[in-house]
Amino acid sequence: MEPARKTIGVLALQGAFREHRRMLDGLGADTRLVRWPGELEGLDGLVIPGGESTAIAKLLDIHGMYGPLRAAHGRGMAVFGTCAGAILMARDIEGARPDQEPLALMDVRIRRNAYGRQIDSFETTVPFAGVEGGPVKAVFIRAPRFADLGSGVRVLSAADDGEPLAVREGRALAVAFHPELTDDVRVHAYFLGSVVGA
Amino acid sequence: MTEQESGTLKVKTGFAEMMKGGVIMDVVNPEQAKIAEDAGAVAVMALERVPADIRAHGGVARMSDPTMIEGIVAAVSIPVMAKCRIGHFVEAQVLQSLGVDFIDESEVLTPADDEYHVNKWDFDVPFVCGARNLGEALRRIAEGAAMIRTKGEPGTGNVVEAVRHMRTVTTDIARIKGLRDEQLFTAAKDLQAPYELVKWVAEHGCLPVVNFSAGGIATPADAALMMQLGCDGVFVGSGIFKSGDPAKRARAIVEATTNYDDPDTIARVSRDLGEAMVGIEISDIPENELMAGRGW
Repeated sequence: MEPARKTIGVLALQGAFREHRRMLDGLGADTRLVRWPGELEGLDGLVIPGGESTAIAKLLDIHGMYGPLRAAHGRGMAVFGTCAGAILMARDIEGARPDQEPLALMDVRIRRNAYGRQIDSFETTVPFAGVEGGPVKAVFIRAPRFADLGSGVRVLSAADDGEPLAVREGRALAVAFHPELTDDVRVHAYFLGSVVGA
Repeated sequence: MTEQESGTLKVKTGFAEMMKGGVIMDVVNPEQAKIAEDAGAVAVMALERVPADIRAHGGVARMSDPTMIEGIVAAVSIPVMAKCRIGHFVEAQVLQSLGVDFIDESEVLTPADDEYHVNKWDFDVPFVCGARNLGEALRRIAEGAAMIRTKGEPGTGNVVEAVRHMRTVTTDIARIKGLRDEQLFTAAKDLQAPYELVKWVAEHGCLPVVNFSAGGIATPADAALMMQLGCDGVFVGSGIFKSGDPAKRARAIVEATTNYDDPDTIARVSRDLGEAMVGIEISDIPENELMAGRGW
């Protein structure tokens, strides 16, 4: 029997939300764009896309999303953040504006723009635990770095020097790079299969 | 981890993708940059004078002073863009060396070359360029632009040219969609654009890079209008800091851009914004002072 189709929301306040939606649609998920608290209802998972984290944080606040998003995650909604999304999910954010509230869905600290400016952005491939078929394609754009990982946080992907590039804590997955800008769907498939489906 | 490649087309266009649904604001000093960041701008454009003042001031408009650009880079954590003159590849080299995140090869400044644009493939930093129609957009993309900006008429507070250029691009795309190969060769000739890019657009029905709207956006409704017409985000130049309450207007334009298809939200954020910039009727501008016609 086919497993039940999962309903995945993609936070559509600002950023590359269409790319995530296209990937998830391609993997057979039922997707919808989410901007307001009521639209979190009934989601199995939520993607927080890349974009500008200060802008997304501002809009999360204006839209009254902080409390409802945390509550939905608390009730079991899986969350997958890439780049700016990963920044927003962290317990604390280095380099954020002082009035910016972290969503605090994961016990990690994160440092914004930790690789430098746009000129230091790059593409590469990285290993990813739990994904078959070798390293995954990854685009790093003004990417953040994870630090100070809590004991419940597992590193799924790391650079050769041990730098964590993707981390998971229960039903939360945060990735420093952009799989959605590539044609490699395996990180999204991992989210659907192993995080949402866990 | 395999080798890291920087300055690739993917890294450049991908960065532009991250700004979608957002507002890029012109700022002339660190204080304004902070106001823009506070309001939820996805990037700021650092320049010495907003287009309305360039228009009023006259003379040759050039790249901004590096000290001024560095002051803005230091003041905010969001990306910083800066403008070079059309064809002025040394100004572009300087901006890249200053660490700006995006270069706007802009008709708002006085062109430095009346025949050639910058070869943007020579740079690791991405470029955005203005366009009034599909052919112009594809010529800039062929030269290496990673993002397009429909020009509008800068510094006017009058959205009519922005609308015209957005509609022209959309109409041009609709016209070549579904053409047969032999027709596309002629379409490429007519558009004065490379065949491969024309073919790509005909197949996909959109530009191959992100397109923001610019040049005359002054209100939340203006921003939402451009979004509903199909752009990916907006540049607001003089419209914010030439208005009565820049912080409030900036935030309102950010909200309206996200909620561009929701009239209730646009109505709410449009209330009590104070005075909008005065604005200029396009036909009152002498022909030789129009900026949109610069670029070839």
